Amino acid sequence: MKTVYLDNNATTQVAPEVLDAMLPFFTELWGNPSSMHRFGGQVAKHIAGAREKVAALIGADPSEIVFTSCGTESDNTAIRGSVEINGFKRIITSRVEHPAVLAPCRYLKDLGSDFVEIDVDSSGRINMDSLQKALSDGPAFVTMMWANNETGVMFPIKEITEMAKSAGGVMHTDAVQAVGKIPVDVMETPVDTLTLSGHKIHAPKGIGALYIRKGTKVRPFMLGGHQENSRRAGTENVPYIIGLGKACELAAEHLKDMKRVARLRDKLEKGLLSSCPSTSVNGDQVNRVPNTTNISFQFIEGEAILYHLSDLGIAASSGSACTSGSLEPSHVIRAMGVPFTSAHGSIRFSLSRYTTEEEIDYVINKMPGIVRKLRDLSPFT
Amino acid sequence: MWDYTDKVLDHFRNPRNVGTIKDADGTGEVGSMACGDALKLTFKLDKNRRIADVKFQTFGCASAIASSSALTEIIKGMTIDEAVGVTNQDIADYLGGLPEQKMHCSVMGREALETAIENYRTGKDTKKILDGKVVCTCFGVTEEEIKRVVNDNNLKSVEEVTNYCKAGGGCGHCKPDIERIITEIQNAKTDEEPASPRKMTILEKIRLIEETIKREIRPVLKKDGGDIELIDVQGNRVLISFRGMCAKCNVAPFTMKDVVEAKLHEFVSKDIVVEESEK
Repeated sequence: MKTVYLDNNATTQVAPEVLDAMLPFFTELWGNPSSMHRFGGQVAKHIAGAREKVAALIGADPSEIVFTSCGTESDNTAIRGSVEINGFKRIITSRVEHPAVLAPCRYLKDLGSDFVEIDVDSSGRINMDSLQKALSDGPAFVTMMWANNETGVMFPIKEITEMAKSAGGVMHTDAVQAVGKIPVDVMETPVDTLTLSGHKIHAPKGIGALYIRKGTKVRPFMLGGHQENSRRAGTENVPYIIGLGKACELAAEHLKDMKRVARLRDKLEKGLLSSCPSTSVNGDQVNRVPNTTNISFQFIEGEAILYHLSDLGIAASSGSACTSGSLEPSHVIRAMGVPFTSAHGSIRFSLSRYTTEEEIDYVINKMPGIVRKLRDLSPFT
Repeated sequence: MWDYTDKVLDHFRNPRNVGTIKDADGTGEVGSMACGDALKLTFKLDKNRRIADVKFQTFGCASAIASSSALTEIIKGMTIDEAVGVTNQDIADYLGGLPEQKMHCSVMGREALETAIENYRTGKDTKKILDGKVVCTCFGVTEEEIKRVVNDNNLKSVEEVTNYCKAGGGCGHCKPDIERIITEIQNAKTDEEPASPRKMTILEKIRLIEETIKREIRPVLKKDGGDIELIDVQGNRVLISFRGMCAKCNVAPFTMKDVVEAKLHEFVSKDIVVEESEK
């Protein structure tokens, strides 16, 4: 059975070009870039090339890019490394952040920092008044996601950055779900640190990067060698760094494809809303990354929908309790105040540049049957 | 993905006995949309008072649907007395096991069955009534229910209790209370275990019967304007007399079997036979 993969916010397929770029670094160019011989040393220039490509995608200088093992490591480094070295006593974030941000923030809270979680409205938009108020209490470390992984809703990061910095704070953004989907430019949006992840943009899992603006102090998370200009110790994961470089180059080239992706996403959304009664979209449909839609199917439960979709070869995800690994629906959906009647049946479809119209038509065609089958079973219909 | 057995997936994909029975003899509704799963169970008895037909409707995940479907298959053909004995573990076993975190789906099945049987016996409350002190306010789980799952499944940690009945799975404020309940039950067990079961004296038995009538049986009968009086106890023969509405009620023989005797079996001894006194 063919897989219709609409779970690209979870992970993406490795682009064939990325794999091709990586392979020589397993077979021929396997030296250590720190070595004082040409066999190893020649690898360093390839890493430099990859660093340039990552930097180019987000408008940074290559010296501002630190390779890490994943987005979670980048977030941990930025948050803990910045709060600790700059001595911030206040941390401000949103209620809908990824656990990779919330967990280190709560860790610092336990160590004595003030921790403010700004609420969002029913469309997932940040409450700018609450943020302004929180910032008026003095300089703070602010961390806000650029785009939400569950709903795709984008925060006005440029405006938030300006507010945070004019209050004397430091601004971090988890841009894992934004990079490669929309133009991200750190000159235009002057964040201090920014997280990006390889496996969300068609590089493999196990590679990420942290942008650190020149002059921003961040204490290294990994201690040991001098690698990454002493900002991240450990022998470089060369093939994966090369892969991330290639993926960033491709992402820049394919940014224009996102218009087509948005059109397919809109077609899917409209198709499902019109063919399945009692459905609604979660999140602001105006300020949203082009590949994501989060739809609630009332009276039925997300895990059951996913298993039926999976039987038909369709991969998606849900914010329902049963799939969130807890007993309550996702914290994002709850923060938005989505009623329980809808929250448990929320399904996220996330597309990529590889998604085809045929695949979207297939889902639009199959979904009503699944919804009907489960609603026939439900005591609430 | 969860590690579901083929049987779970089969009952999820092809649920048996879906729907509701009109003019059902017993109806049980448990759970809610807020809790993330809900089950409505209806059954009808045949003239031999066996469950002739049973149907369910479920809102929930794959294992909630499978557990409900399995429950209907298990109890079809059973007498009420037999159905009372069905445990959540029976449902899980029927499906070849459930993931630990999904055991609450089997507990929901058992609760719906109990509620439906209670509804059949008393004619009231198709919905589960929260009886006693609510410990977990997020999911509305009472102390009694937590004790029940701990006892039935020999649970030893808060995490297990959460897996079995959801208590503690929300804000987590009740976790110390759950811990206390587990400790109490497990301590009581270790106290009990070494002593070999001692035969009750007739005096102890009478006291226990009286307590059970007072606590478990009389409140049920009073709802219908009836009452009950203990006349005599001769070994395992318990002689009672109905009062009030029960005395004139033509379903009194059923009440006798399904309420009075069932409760005395549960709380005093399985060997008890209840008879209506001539006096």
